[in-house]
Amino acid sequence: MKTEIIIAGFGGQGVLSMGKILAYSGLLEGKEVTWMPAYGPEQRGGTANVTVIVSDERISSPILSTYDVAIVLNQPSLDKFMPKLKPSGTLIYDGFGIVNPPQRNDITTYRIDAMDKAAELKNAKVFNMIVLGALLKVYPIVSTEGLQKALYKTLPERHHKLIPLNMQAVEEGMKLIE
Amino acid sequence: MEEKEIKLMKGNEAIAHAAIRCGADGYFGYPITPQSEIIETLALLKPWETTGMVVLQAESEVASINMLYGGAGAGKRVLTSSSSPGIALMQEGISYMAGAELPGVIVNVQRGGPGLGTIQPSQSDYNQATRGGGNGDYNVIVLAPNSVQEMADFVDLAFTLAFKYRNPAMILSDGVIGQMMEKVVLPPQKPRRTEAEILRECPWATTGRSKLRAPNIITSLELMPEVMEQKNLHLQAKYRQIKANETRCELTKCDDADYLVVAFGSAARIAEKSMEVARAHDIRLGLFRPITLWPFPEKELQNAAAGKKGILVAEINAGQMVQDVSLAVGGKIPVAHFGRLGGIVPDPEEIVNALKTKLIDNE
Repeated sequence: MKTEIIIAGFGGQGVLSMGKILAYSGLLEGKEVTWMPAYGPEQRGGTANVTVIVSDERISSPILSTYDVAIVLNQPSLDKFMPKLKPSGTLIYDGFGIVNPPQRNDITTYRIDAMDKAAELKNAKVFNMIVLGALLKVYPIVSTEGLQKALYKTLPERHHKLIPLNMQAVEEGMKLIE
Repeated sequence: MEEKEIKLMKGNEAIAHAAIRCGADGYFGYPITPQSEIIETLALLKPWETTGMVVLQAESEVASINMLYGGAGAGKRVLTSSSSPGIALMQEGISYMAGAELPGVIVNVQRGGPGLGTIQPSQSDYNQATRGGGNGDYNVIVLAPNSVQEMADFVDLAFTLAFKYRNPAMILSDGVIGQMMEKVVLPPQKPRRTEAEILRECPWATTGRSKLRAPNIITSLELMPEVMEQKNLHLQAKYRQIKANETRCELTKCDDADYLVVAFGSAARIAEKSMEVARAHDIRLGLFRPITLWPFPEKELQNAAAGKKGILVAEINAGQMVQDVSLAVGGKIPVAHFGRLGGIVPDPEEIVNALKTKLIDNE
């Protein structure tokens, strides 16, 4: 089993950290993982994307032509990555600011309103964890227990008090998928 | 047996961890994208408080390489790192080190050029790395890692080779390998060498003269042409010895292949996927990956290429290693090149398409 994922959005949305948590959770479950960011001047406001591969076998290329899953969080990313989804691939997108919704019949599409949910939770910073929750509902690449373990392992101790809030956001994200 | 700890980190971070763990005495460098995590990680890890390793941000790349010259002259295990434009600035110092026969490790996390170019990945410093890069007849040992694990493993290997042959060694990486995160098992912590060990292992080093021996002189300058020619002949003999002993390469599914793709570093990872794609379409493609770029695994490639229908050289440049591949197979097999430029990294399908259009369709 190998899952090839692209996560793309605006810089500052937590795209890279979402990918990192996913990769780290995969590692804790004994899988092969690769995390390849588009690096550069992509800070708050610009576009950012990261390729995450979680696999039971050796991973060859960190650079991909097509993906199993695309998580897109803004219009430019939707335009760029929807065509690169494999037939029968999965698209998860946040509806906020999308003017041209996706049109492909050969893929499974989930619209999630994670931005609205984050506003409802009064914490914009957990936006990426809501999205991650939605992904794990659709594609249980790693377990929520594994995810929680990864947070404890990767976050410095002074931030551990925030982990329950983040896990709550993951649960909320899962609920966004019908 | 204790289970090995698996970490998730960037290639650049792995270089920093590995440098400390292999008992390096010093790092000198100047930040530049896409490799600044090397000095950042070293600063975070503060090895001067544990192993006693010196970490110093130099005022420039020119200063870094000359600090390397100084440290190596004292028999210390020292390294520097930079990216393409910074490595270009270091070429004078690298040539001096080769001339003075000084061991040292230089890490190049390549980005696109020429000039300041781009901060995105590239492999366009192949010629510079494998042909010496500075003035004079000399070579640098060049290792090309294709994973975060190899970034970690090659630091100690580069030091070992550098000291074995008293020659600079380079780790030629790029923005893909430097920036991506993968699983890595770090090498065990080795102690730094003691002064007594340095005296024993580096009798040539300027370690402070006792009354019993003549002064050690470390220089690349020699004004007598007759002496200088002898010195050059000695260097050439050493390079022949390195060529005979130190070529490294990796062959994947070459035996039953009709075609070969030859690629190094990040391009070899992409080409590995191209091989999977090609084989799914009944094209029997094998992968030949040079691990040492200098010395180039010429004989190994000759053997692997025998009887094949064609070779595609996939590199992230305008065609540099393809010259070494052509020299190795000597016109016996069609050789084509595919590359992307300016910081664009090719994807696996582009390589398969190039194989079809440049070789298969032309038969």
